[in-house]
Order: sequence, then structure tokens, then C-alpha cells
Amino acid sequence: MRGALGKVYRDGEIIIRQGRTGESMYVVQGGKVEVVQQSADGNEQHLAFLDAGDFFGEMSVFEKEVRSATVRAHGEARVLKIDKRTLLRRIREDPLLAVNLLKTMSHRIRELNGEIARHRETRL
Amino acid sequence: MPLSQPKSVAEAFGSIVDEPERDFNLQDGSRIAVVGGGPAGSFFAFFLLRMAQAIDLDLDVSIYEPRSFARCGPAGCNHCGGIVSESLVQIMAAEGIRLPRGVVQRGVESYVVHMDVGDVAIESPVHEQRIAALYRGNGPREGGDAELASFDGFLQNMAVEQGARVVNRLITGASRAGERPVLEFAGGGEEDYDLVAVATGVNSNFIDLLGHLDPEYTRPKTTRGYICEFRSTEDEVLRLLGSSVHVFLLTIPRFEFAAIIPKGRFATVVMVGEDLDEELIHAFLNDPVVRRTFPTDAVPCVCGCSPLINLGARARPYADRVVMVGDSGVTRLYKDGIGAAFRTGKAAATTAVFHGVARTDFERHFWPACRSIVNDNRIGKVMFATNAIMKNSRFTRRAMLRMARDEQARQGAKPHMSSLLWNMFTGSAPYTQMFRGTLHPGFLFHFLGSALAGLRPAGKRPKARSEVA
Repeated sequence: MRGALGKVYRDGEIIIRQGRTGESMYVVQGGKVEVVQQSADGNEQHLAFLDAGDFFGEMSVFEKEVRSATVRAHGEARVLKIDKRTLLRRIREDPLLAVNLLKTMSHRIRELNGEIARHRETRL
Repeated sequence: MPLSQPKSVAEAFGSIVDEPERDFNLQDGSRIAVVGGGPAGSFFAFFLLRMAQAIDLDLDVSIYEPRSFARCGPAGCNHCGGIVSESLVQIMAAEGIRLPRGVVQRGVESYVVHMDVGDVAIESPVHEQRIAALYRGNGPREGGDAELASFDGFLQNMAVEQGARVVNRLITGASRAGERPVLEFAGGGEEDYDLVAVATGVNSNFIDLLGHLDPEYTRPKTTRGYICEFRSTEDEVLRLLGSSVHVFLLTIPRFEFAAIIPKGRFATVVMVGEDLDEELIHAFLNDPVVRRTFPTDAVPCVCGCSPLINLGARARPYADRVVMVGDSGVTRLYKDGIGAAFRTGKAAATTAVFHGVARTDFERHFWPACRSIVNDNRIGKVMFATNAIMKNSRFTRRAMLRMARDEQARQGAKPHMSSLLWNMFTGSAPYTQMFRGTLHPGFLFHFLGSALAGLRPAGKRPKARSEVA
């Protein structure tokens, strides 16, 4: 029970589901979660594993789109939910709070750019 | 005809020209002293250095803290109930600060409100453990637990990893050399700084020296709290208290607020109020409602203290090159002091890095963060006064209990009373937000309904859903 913040998800338990609306972002506190995306033909593609300290679901804090991927526990995982309202209220008071989120999102864009470049190279 | 007499350039700008040029911006090599290495000091140093590094500014930051948080008992403790609120846990996580195992003694997911008319468990609105019960130092006297880690020590390490230096020296004097603040040390020696951040809280003698740095500084208004660590076994604490913080709304004369917090094999009893004395503490610990929750008479109190608690700043917490953060300046009334340390520490750091360290800089950019806490505390006083009136009437106590129980038992019910009690006790929301909640027609309607239900004869009274179940 010590060090226990957030909620425990069992292996394979879905934390957020692709296509659903969301009002929160999440921070992995312990264990590992897997990010997967389902294509239109129903195939599931592995996108990433996230470890303690990593965020997910942050896009729903800034836009009202549905979840772009499913995230589920990979083994037992402990995950902390951050309410959109709490976060945005504090960002209004302290805009620098968003910098850490921007860093994560910027890092992901960099990774995606690398991914796109690799895809183009293999197609050529 | 001109509206005013024309001024010469010298007249118009004379005051600026005559004044010697003073640079209040931090520069590479600027020296900053942080007096006090508790949460406010560590948050300030951490954010100051993180933001300075982001703009390639190289600062020299020393945290003066004579205590070691690795020690158990009063020698390593900052005398606090040790709750990190739901909102602060979330905000720290968003900042990339994750409380490690060992620091969190218990993740809390519910509060149990105890009254003479009955108890009600208020579950976390999201059904997860988002409140951290922890120790500020390395646990109570007799702690000696290798798995236990200090919260203050964890934050201090964060600041050190960012580049701060911890100096275990006692400061015995403060003065000004020209405009620069100077600190004097025990055993001799003094140093001057570009900025001194005061984060000593109200239990340190240092704040009595602040008049030498800021003649307008006045100690915040304070009262005494009571904290005691009762030792039992981990299983017994879990069996009796679970993962819940237990709060008490009792009718003992002069009693305001008390809580019992489970922490491993200890249970922390915290009492606050403006009129706390030994007689009141004794009456609380021996109250039947308290004894049936946790047998404070059957287990030893191994570590206790009566720290001063900040009830409100009486002066602006800044001057040229001096800023007071956390309890030394402005904090939240009764609740979430660590959250206030985070907010004021970060606001002061942001001001120093991006705007400057003059009084006017702190006035423009730091004071708004403090003012929002001060204004919210005003509403908080009204809320606590209303709570005192409500808890002293058996009629309203029963109405509160009935309404909260009904909300907790009904899936999908709007948790008007539950949210109010949750936020009031956890300190997770501003008092202003709680106050607005009490003006909601749904709150008033259901509270009135619960009150009237209690007036009906027992046979005709509709039972709360929980009672039906």
C-alpha cells in the first residue's frame, strides 16, 4: 500500500479507449502501459510502451477530439488521472505549468517526424 | 490654454535621472540565499534554477537549512500533519514531479466524517488514491524505518539535482549593506546576496530578524496546532483506519477541526483551531466518537508537538531583493499549506527570473498569486464559521449526514454535500469554489429536503438509500 497514488489497472485492462471522448490526462506512476491504435480494417498496431513518469491522454486537455489511441496496462500498472478542469484552472493562474506538457508534446512531434522520414525512406 | 504647465525635460525626468541606476535583474553569477529548506524553499529553488537554465541563466543558489531531514523525530521534522492535497498531487505530476515509494506513507482515497449522530465515508470523486499522507522528516521519534523517506528531503534533493547547494549553517543575523541583503552566520562570518528568499515558516526565530531586511515586515497572525503520532502496528492501523483520513465534527466546546491520518504503523492526530489548549486536546482524545475510531488511550503517543500555524499575513511578503514564500508569507487557511508553498514558491521564482527582484517586480508579478490566496482565505473564514454553526446544531448535523449518505449510496447522484465535505477537508479546491457550490439551487434544495426529512415522525420518514440498503 505504501507509495500508492493513483489507481491500479490489471494486465490488459483498458485505461482510455480509442474513439471515446475524454476529460482527463494521465501520468504513469508505476509499471508499464501500452499505446495501441486500431486501423479502419480492425487491425491493431502497437505504438509505444510508456513507463513511470510518462504522460498520455494530454491531447484531450487541449482539444475536444475523441481519443486517438487506446492505452491499456501492460502487466499491473498504477496510473494517476489529472482532471482537465484542475489543470486548466492552474494553467490560467500559472501559464508556465503548460511548459512541461509542451516539452512532452514537442518530443512526440520530433519522434513522429523521425517516423515519417523513416517511412518515406522505405517507400523510396 | 494648455491643460498643464509645460515641463522641461530635466523637470519631467528629473526623478529618474537623479536616482542612481539600480539593476534588479538577476544575471549570470547572481547569488541567491534561500533561508529554510522545507517545501517552500525547495520549490522556490527548484523552479528558480529550472527556469533560469531554460533561458541559459547561471545562478548560484544556496539553501540554508540547519536540520537534516534524514533524522527521525523533531530533529528532522517540519511539524505538519503531512497531507499533500489532491490538486497538488495532480499539479506536481503535470510538472513531472512524481512522489516516490517510501515518501508516500498512504495513498488516501476517502475521508470518513465522524459525528455524534453517525459517520459517513466520502469517496474520492474519481475513485483513486490522489491524496498523499506522508512524513515531512524521516518519521516520528522511534520511527527507525528504513523504507520511510522524508517528503522535505525528497523536495530538497530535487532542488539539489537542479543545481542548488544545501548549507547546514544556522543564520543568526540579517542586515542591509546598501541595498543588498546580508546574512550573518553562527560561529561568525557574513555574506551578501542579490536575493534572499525566506522560507522558514512561522516556527523559526529567523522571521524575527526580518525587520532588519524589511522594516515593514510583521509576523503573520498565528495560532497553535496539535500534532501527535500514535504508534500501533501496520495491520492494526489499516484495520481501524483503512486508507481513509478520519475527520471529526464534534460538539466539544471551542473544538474546530481534527483529523486522524493513517501512516504505516503510525496514526497522526492533527488538531487546529484558534483556541486550542491541553483541556480541549484531552476532551477530544477521550471523546467516545474518537475512541471508537482509534483507541488513542490504548496506544502510546511517541512524538508530539504544538507548532504555530499561520492564520494570515499582516504585511506584503516582499521588499527589494527579499521575498517570503510559504508560511513565512501567505498560506492557505488551515488546509493545503504545502500547496500554498508550491504556488508562492513558484510565483516568486518566476518573478525573480523573468521580471526582477525589486519590490515593484514582486508587487506586480508575485503578489497576485498571494492575493488570490488571501482573498480565498476570507471566504474560507466564512465557510469555517458557517461549519461551526452547522456542527453545533444536532438538527443541521443530521441533515448534513443524511444528505451525504444519500449521495454516496445513489449511483449518479449529484454529490453536492459530498463535494463540499470532500473539498473542505482535503483542501483540494479553493474556498471560493466551495462557497459557490453551496449557493447552487441543487445544494440548497437537497439540504432543505434532508433537513425536513428529519422533522417528520420516524414512521413516515423516508429512509436514506443507504439506510434502506
